[in-house]
Amino acid sequence: MAGIEVSALHKRYPDGTVAVDRVDLSIGDGELFVMLGPSGCGKTTTLRAIAGLERQTSGDIHIGDTLLNDLEPAERDIAMVFQFYALYPHLRTRDNLAFPLRAEGLPAAEVRERVDEAARMMKLEKLLDRRPNRLSGGEQQRVALARALVRRPRAFLMDEPLTNLDAELRADMRTEIKHLQAELGTTMVYVTHDQVEAMSLGHRIAILNQGRVEQVGTPLEVYQRPASLFCAGFIGSPPMNLLEVEVADGALRAPGGLTLTPPPGLPRDRQLVAGVRPEALEVTQPGAEGAVPARIVSAEALGDEIIYVVDHGGERDVRVRMPPTVRFGEDAPVGLRHAGGTPPVYDTTTEELVA
Amino acid sequence: MALSVDEAVPGPASDPTPHARRRTGGGSRARAVIEGGLLLLLAVAMLFPVLWMVETSIKDGRDVYAVPAQFIGFDATLDHYRDVFVKPGGGRSDLSVAFLNSVIVAGASTALATLLGVPAAWAYSRFTLKAKKDQLFFILSTRFMPPVVVVIPIFLMYRDLGLINTKLGLVLIYTAFNVPFTIWMMKGFIDEVPAEYEDAAMLDGYSRFQAFYKVTLPLLVPGIAATAVFALIFSWNEFVFAIFLTSSSDVRTAPPAIAGLIGGTTVDWGLVAASAVVFALPVLVFTYLVRKHLVAGVTLGAVRR
Repeated sequence: MAGIEVSALHKRYPDGTVAVDRVDLSIGDGELFVMLGPSGCGKTTTLRAIAGLERQTSGDIHIGDTLLNDLEPAERDIAMVFQFYALYPHLRTRDNLAFPLRAEGLPAAEVRERVDEAARMMKLEKLLDRRPNRLSGGEQQRVALARALVRRPRAFLMDEPLTNLDAELRADMRTEIKHLQAELGTTMVYVTHDQVEAMSLGHRIAILNQGRVEQVGTPLEVYQRPASLFCAGFIGSPPMNLLEVEVADGALRAPGGLTLTPPPGLPRDRQLVAGVRPEALEVTQPGAEGAVPARIVSAEALGDEIIYVVDHGGERDVRVRMPPTVRFGEDAPVGLRHAGGTPPVYDTTTEELVA
Repeated sequence: MALSVDEAVPGPASDPTPHARRRTGGGSRARAVIEGGLLLLLAVAMLFPVLWMVETSIKDGRDVYAVPAQFIGFDATLDHYRDVFVKPGGGRSDLSVAFLNSVIVAGASTALATLLGVPAAWAYSRFTLKAKKDQLFFILSTRFMPPVVVVIPIFLMYRDLGLINTKLGLVLIYTAFNVPFTIWMMKGFIDEVPAEYEDAAMLDGYSRFQAFYKVTLPLLVPGIAATAVFALIFSWNEFVFAIFLTSSSDVRTAPPAIAGLIGGTTVDWGLVAASAVVFALPVLVFTYLVRKHLVAGVTLGAVRR
């Protein structure tokens, strides 16, 4: 077990595309670290560079004290789980699990013991004599996990391992992976484009966009104070409302009259945007205290909550998350007010957090 | 290995309602009769020589020349088949030596082409190479011209190298023709095997080549078998180089040896027919084994995932 240090990692393809642009990551020993981003953001390339399947143009990768740059994938002592599982189709589950152990040249008795142990851990005992094409998606995923952990590697790399499972199974496997990582205490780097997965799994999350790291933080930090407009738009469903604001009379004013508490240290003379979570807004009866007049555009009743799309006279309609007990009809005149603390504020030109 | 040759390629989708049956009415019935008649005529014209060959091979010498020709009711004999393999006075016949040569030359050239072509195809499928498309086109282009075009230059080169009238010479030239074919066909099969298997094997502690050898190669067995059969059929049937580059009966392969039976003052047609049957059988068997790949070969690259 060991932490992983990625410094100034750069990957440029021969055709000139830059997939990873001087990325720095510091992943702690025993940490479950999630790399989150849209497709093409460089998260998978970074992961494959750590695995040694992709050779970086420049930059260093360390695991523990070992410099990995010139090591073959086989020499890195890292296990990886692939999106399509990559179970060897011509081998039974038992031999799939034994495959990495045989590479080490372990005696047959120990191989059997370790395979049985991994199978017990992932509840695969009954599937040991089946070929991958006779396993369901969830079972294949468990075999892939078992094959990764059977070797007791220094780190696990997961490349969108749950993408191909149906929703119900995905939630179960999420719990299982989280539990497994906690139990083994092995460093895990987990790549996904699914923010729910990232939020629920990660000790820390790195958000990548166009080959750069936009933000690294705990799920709560990332949710509450996105470091850039990109992060603000990417995390959360529905996403943050981005309101163009001006500083006036010690308050942030949005067009339409909505007033927010300003964070300290706001710069002057800049175009600013405030990020307001849907749950930090409140739909009220028209004319309630501190509320600006607004109108319901549409309502999505999700059972446990209602998402209102509200026109408040601003540039864009805002989304508001309300408990299901509060009901307004479409087109109803309502009030809108800010109910949260100080929102994060961004500069529209740099797109970065200013306060 | 429990995989059969046919597993690599799904068979052509069988259409439960052929066009002729889908239509109704009198016009379509007449059309079906005409179509059937024409096909029957074609089948007779195509298959009659084969039938005649098989019949001649089991007829007595005098029945072969009987006028009018006897289709049925002659006395069947296997003497000609014995003569294919055994000399009249005992010992191995020239034809049996030729068949053995054919087996050696076709087998060796196929093995060599597979040994060289499969790793090359893997490299073309998996690695980024400079001007990969141009290289592949060049490899394919060696198959553009008919082989007979290069017979004379090859003959001159072989004479200087001392490869004239040697089995090695034939093995080399057949390999040269089979390697491009093997590369192209195998590249198609290898492209179908996800590279992730090799990635996974490399992370599991194997080297790049071990990953190919332990994971990808077993998955390619059906494809390799099919490709090898095609190469084998080519080498087995090849006539032009065989007749130009060999002269003695101990080196000669079966196609020129059988052709050599025709000529001289008398022709033993029974022997010619019997040796032709013996010669055709392996190809028939192998073609039957790879019949689905014949279709796949034609449509290769037409369907992408």
